[in-house]
Amino acid sequence: MNLAINRFSSGPKTRQTVRDFFAGKRFPLVEGDTITFVWRGDAHEVKLHHWVFGLESAQHLTRVDGTNIWFHCMPLPPESRVEYKFEIIHDGHGRWIQDPLNPHLARDPYGANSVAHGNGYTVPEWIHPDPASPYGSYEIVEFSSAVFGQRQTKVYLPARFRSTRQYPLLIVHDGDDYLNYTALGAVLDNLMARREIPDMIVAFTNSAHRLVEYANDERHARFLTEELVPHLESRYPLRAQPQSRCLMGASFGAVASLSTARRYPGFYGRLLLQSGSFAFTDIGDRNRRGPLFDNVVSFMNQFRDQPAAISERVFVSCGTYESLIYENRSLIPLLEATGMDVRFREARDGHNWENWRDRLREGLSWLFPGPFLLVYE
Amino acid sequence: MTAINDETTGPIVLLGPQTDFNEIGEMLDEVQADGSVALITTGWQENESEDEALIEKLRRPAINLALHARSERIYAQESGYAKARAARQARLQHLQRFYRMRLEAVDEAARAIGVRHVDAELLDEQHSITVAQMCHLDNDHLQRCQTEWAAFDSQWPAAEQASIASERAELAEIVDRCAAVVISGGHLTALLNRLRLFNVLANLGNKPIIAWSAGAMCLSDRIVLFHDSPPFGKNLAQMLDVGLGLIKNVVVMPDPSRRLRTHESEGISRFTQRMAPAECLGMDIGARLIFNQGRLQSAFAHRLLPNGQLQRGWRL
Repeated sequence: MNLAINRFSSGPKTRQTVRDFFAGKRFPLVEGDTITFVWRGDAHEVKLHHWVFGLESAQHLTRVDGTNIWFHCMPLPPESRVEYKFEIIHDGHGRWIQDPLNPHLARDPYGANSVAHGNGYTVPEWIHPDPASPYGSYEIVEFSSAVFGQRQTKVYLPARFRSTRQYPLLIVHDGDDYLNYTALGAVLDNLMARREIPDMIVAFTNSAHRLVEYANDERHARFLTEELVPHLESRYPLRAQPQSRCLMGASFGAVASLSTARRYPGFYGRLLLQSGSFAFTDIGDRNRRGPLFDNVVSFMNQFRDQPAAISERVFVSCGTYESLIYENRSLIPLLEATGMDVRFREARDGHNWENWRDRLREGLSWLFPGPFLLVYE
Repeated sequence: MTAINDETTGPIVLLGPQTDFNEIGEMLDEVQADGSVALITTGWQENESEDEALIEKLRRPAINLALHARSERIYAQESGYAKARAARQARLQHLQRFYRMRLEAVDEAARAIGVRHVDAELLDEQHSITVAQMCHLDNDHLQRCQTEWAAFDSQWPAAEQASIASERAELAEIVDRCAAVVISGGHLTALLNRLRLFNVLANLGNKPIIAWSAGAMCLSDRIVLFHDSPPFGKNLAQMLDVGLGLIKNVVVMPDPSRRLRTHESEGISRFTQRMAPAECLGMDIGARLIFNQGRLQSAFAHRLLPNGQLQRGWRL
């Protein structure tokens, strides 16, 4: 394919050709399976930083001779989603910026990255608040935990909540991040309004020490199972059965979900594990990811050694541009071999909240299928 | 199965999804329903009594027939009946699953055949075979559902269950006093099963019926479940059951904007061929079909055509 940047580079560089190059285009340029990142300005050096595992994470942009236009081309398979930033370097000092030519941003706890979409990727419509979907309400539940002291949990009640009904319980690790960066509140409203999932009560939990508590920490499992769930069951009309309890989390939150379910086999009948940090070793216990992962590796090695049907249905998702794709892919046959019902979804995306957002509809509705085929309002 | 007899001859108005219920009052005016309205909101299940907003828009007195609540009372009183009913529902659900599995196998084969590089004529022939196989499965499923219902009705005749007979008599008396029947959308099986249980649409004479979404689907002779963008799994339409049959040869498809991939002509084409000779009518907000003496007299809907096109805003 004769890319736009190549046509521009090989032609005359006048004000008009520069204007023509930028006119009416969306940046970065996506042409077929190739993406061209473009930055315009004066610098000694410009780098592209992205989070696609398997490619060099920092790549140099090339300046088009006789201009202050910089570019870098790389392959971008269909339906990809890539988050990135530019590093603008002057006199050896770099400054990371969002792409000024691209209005699309993905927010996360650290700020925001620019986002590039490959051909065929569309932002799901079900993440946006829909006037036809009544809003659920939120309550703050505060209680004294023997394990962790005073703890707060945000609880979502569905719009059609009735105290006379019984509901499944979904427990979300890193709850505030899910609400802030995956639009989980609007997603729940929409999926319930469209009957793609049943009405359910959702507990958004958070931890100030997640890297410790989520890494197969016995206290965390005890807190959830022996304190939080009974407390919620005493306060809300919850269906107290494994099929109606789900643990969910991403990254270390997925480890916390899996390890809690393993410590209380049969208690949680549904697991939603997104880009789990399921690091393991095949020999020895030294892992390349550092000491934060030691507990995780130890847990995963044990689980892999003696996998068991700790739950009933497990939905696992992971981005193919994550380093964790290897660990997640290799977990699937182990989970399946236990007899649990497992569904695995890969996406051309990275270790980020929008990847996790985009998988919510499939994951939640597979774990808790709603009567959407039977309800016509 | 309880049949609707020929004494139900009044106009039948089918509508698309309702957001504010304004259309219902207007239609009641149009069919000149002077008097109280018998209201069926059973599709809302345990929320059926939350009908204030709807009643306000009817602009005339309304009596909610409360079929859901009545059925709950019956199940509590008639334990043998309730158990048999639960067993019937479980069997129907199994039949639905098995039928779906067979449909998926046919669809999978069609997909595999469709990508072969052979001449177009041969592929057309194979397409016809796919449609015929699906039609056969559809009809077979409907037949099996009818057999289940007939077996149940013969083993548990409603007239012989004291509490059912009593509720039916009370309902017949209420409906008799009303000038029209209004049936909301909601959960299909919750509604259909109770319409059958209480047989409230029998002997309506020339009283008009106004129904929307699931309510409209229940009045047709075949109820078709569809969703082209399910959260997971195949987008394969399937029969649910035979309906009450007040409307024949029309497939009522509420909310097509959300549920149909209207640009996928191949899927629409196959669907309409499968449903032939029935008209497949997509009913968005504002759509309406008016039947008189069983014949479609006036229409404003999206019409699915055998060539795969969607004729938007089709009027009759």
